[in-house]
Amino acid sequence: MKKKFKLPILATGPVHPLQEEMEFFQLYVDGETVVDIDVRLSYNHRGIEKISESLQFDQVPFLVSRICGICSASHPLAYVQAVEEIAGIIPPERALYVRTIINELERIHSHILWVGLAGHFIGYETVFMWAWKYREPVLDMLEKITGNRNNYGNVKIGGCREDLPEGIEEEIYPILDQIEKKMDMLTKAVLDDPILHARLKGVGVLKKEDAVNYAVTGPTARASGIPIDVRRDDPYAAYDLVDWNVCVQEEGDVFAKVVVRLLEVFEAIKIIRQALAKLPKGPITTEVKEIPPGEAIGRAEAPRGETFHYVRSEGGNTPARHKARAPSYVNVPSFKASCIGEKISDVLITLAAVDPCYSCTERLGVVAPRSGKVIYDFDMLLQLSREKTTRIRKGL
Amino acid sequence: MEVIRHLFWLLVFPGFLFTVILGLYACWIVRKVTALIHHRIGPPVLQPLYDVLKLLGKETLIPEAANKTVFISAPVVGFASVLLLSILLWAVDFSPANENGMFLGDVIVAIYLMVIPSLALILGSSASGSPHAAIGTAREIKLVTSYELVLVMAFIVVLIKAMTFHGISDAQNDIQLLSLSAITQYQHTPIMSISGFLAFLAALLCVQAKLGFTPFDIPEAETEIAGGVLIEYSGALLALWKMMQAIMLVALPLFLVVLFMGGIGTSFGSIALGTGKYVLVLVLLILIKNTNPRMRIDQAVKFFWFYCGPVMAIAIVLAMLGKFYGKWWL
Repeated sequence: MKKKFKLPILATGPVHPLQEEMEFFQLYVDGETVVDIDVRLSYNHRGIEKISESLQFDQVPFLVSRICGICSASHPLAYVQAVEEIAGIIPPERALYVRTIINELERIHSHILWVGLAGHFIGYETVFMWAWKYREPVLDMLEKITGNRNNYGNVKIGGCREDLPEGIEEEIYPILDQIEKKMDMLTKAVLDDPILHARLKGVGVLKKEDAVNYAVTGPTARASGIPIDVRRDDPYAAYDLVDWNVCVQEEGDVFAKVVVRLLEVFEAIKIIRQALAKLPKGPITTEVKEIPPGEAIGRAEAPRGETFHYVRSEGGNTPARHKARAPSYVNVPSFKASCIGEKISDVLITLAAVDPCYSCTERLGVVAPRSGKVIYDFDMLLQLSREKTTRIRKGL
Repeated sequence: MEVIRHLFWLLVFPGFLFTVILGLYACWIVRKVTALIHHRIGPPVLQPLYDVLKLLGKETLIPEAANKTVFISAPVVGFASVLLLSILLWAVDFSPANENGMFLGDVIVAIYLMVIPSLALILGSSASGSPHAAIGTAREIKLVTSYELVLVMAFIVVLIKAMTFHGISDAQNDIQLLSLSAITQYQHTPIMSISGFLAFLAALLCVQAKLGFTPFDIPEAETEIAGGVLIEYSGALLALWKMMQAIMLVALPLFLVVLFMGGIGTSFGSIALGTGKYVLVLVLLILIKNTNPRMRIDQAVKFFWFYCGPVMAIAIVLAMLGKFYGKWWL
């Protein structure tokens, strides 16, 4: 431990050109090799769970869609599914399909966004710009369907807020064709580029057992050979009604993560096509009277992995407890396994390869104002939490 | 009058002012062409000038941990050396036959002047006392040691080509060939031969590395080490670095044009043709910049030593064979 502090620290953050959010990776470097890594978050804690407890059940989806700008369809969906389970509401079939379409459009734009960012991180600005250009029509389509490019606010307890606009199929199909063609080109370009191979293959390998031990989710897990996907394992919306594959790669390196994401774009296109073809007629919402006491969890596969929401109702208008866990929360600690021993250039692309989303992941941190010294560490916070639980139990 | 003429030559045309303006314009070309490749609109023509002017008006912060003398003098040294290099090249280009402006062995001087910016960058960044800059410095040192040998080998090919053209064999004239003006006068376009073309490609990649363009922007690598070598520079000192890079954007492609493509010349037609050559080299650099990701430093070293090095050795052998058998195309 003492030896560690003699090594120079390469501070990646809190403000760093790598990512636009606040994050702080202390890389302990020996020359170009990273020998240890310390992840520090909690720069942007927003207290979403506490705010949620003061909002009514039907207001919370708009709040949780702001947990993450990119996963702004998955978080509300997970929350809504939890509440629907408490109240025993079954949304109409058309609503399930609409939810599927919006979620998959979100997945396409998120994955293309990440491919562009990955290009930016390794200095390939052309991929960055081109990928983001290809992503634009998806955002336009989401705007046409929901009224917003992000933060769609379309899902509500018992169904969807708004139906697909009249004749939207004729507009979506050509855009899907167009994206498929462009992504085909981009995928081939990425898979064939020798310098990209040299930069990404065998870099930041997250071994299968490490992936299991750190319980990573989403593309990060699937790139390490773990075939998990909430859409298949615990089907929600209309995912069990359409035909699609879980994309798995065995290598666990950054290149595998790129491949998984690129392939998932094609799967998402496939899902949207089928969902549009099978879209049943009918209402998009059921009437919701009141939320009975009870508790439930809701899960949804966000582009980054499993989004987990826990909701407890005590029969009132507001959730008594609402807990949200974004996928980055489990993916970020896996850096300990994948980054140590790598070169600095490789570590930074590995950090980005799990597509981390920090403000979604933020947990409370208590530090001294000037020195930045941690006042409450993990064990102390755990102790506080247990004491509070004991107090509440006594009061019950 | 003679003094004024020399001062004008140094400071206005084609010295400081002309080169800086041309460099900033070349900077704009790089940014504009890059933007067009990216499907962006790109900056207006005067943007690089605005950037430099804005930087000149900003506060210059010097880190507490820095060695102030070295930190401040490094950009000045780098800037001066690049300016001198460009003046040398302009002199060669505008009046290759002018005896008093030229001297024997100025190729060697040019090679030295081309290394000094990198050395100044290494000095300045290592004096800044930042860990990011330290890593950038280490990378810059590795990069310089990897491409410099290849660059010199490419020059050797050009020298052999120049001898081939004129069948010079006595020692007196061989030494004369180390003069840039002699090279421009003697030979025409070594790029038209096999060895010359290989040497041009290798030298182009070395220039790419010297300019700090992707895939060799490893010492700066903004998403890894946040600007690396330049991280602690701000205000006027950063503006000096930027102007130095702008002049390098003129001087280094011009150097390639002089060595491999027969220079620019002074007549109207040859200026038009020479500008075309320069723009061609520049656009090649931009295309390489925009179709490659950044290499890792060990990959860059391997690339120059184990790929470009042997290719250059073959090119030298080919050029020697060409000289021996009198075949210009080898």
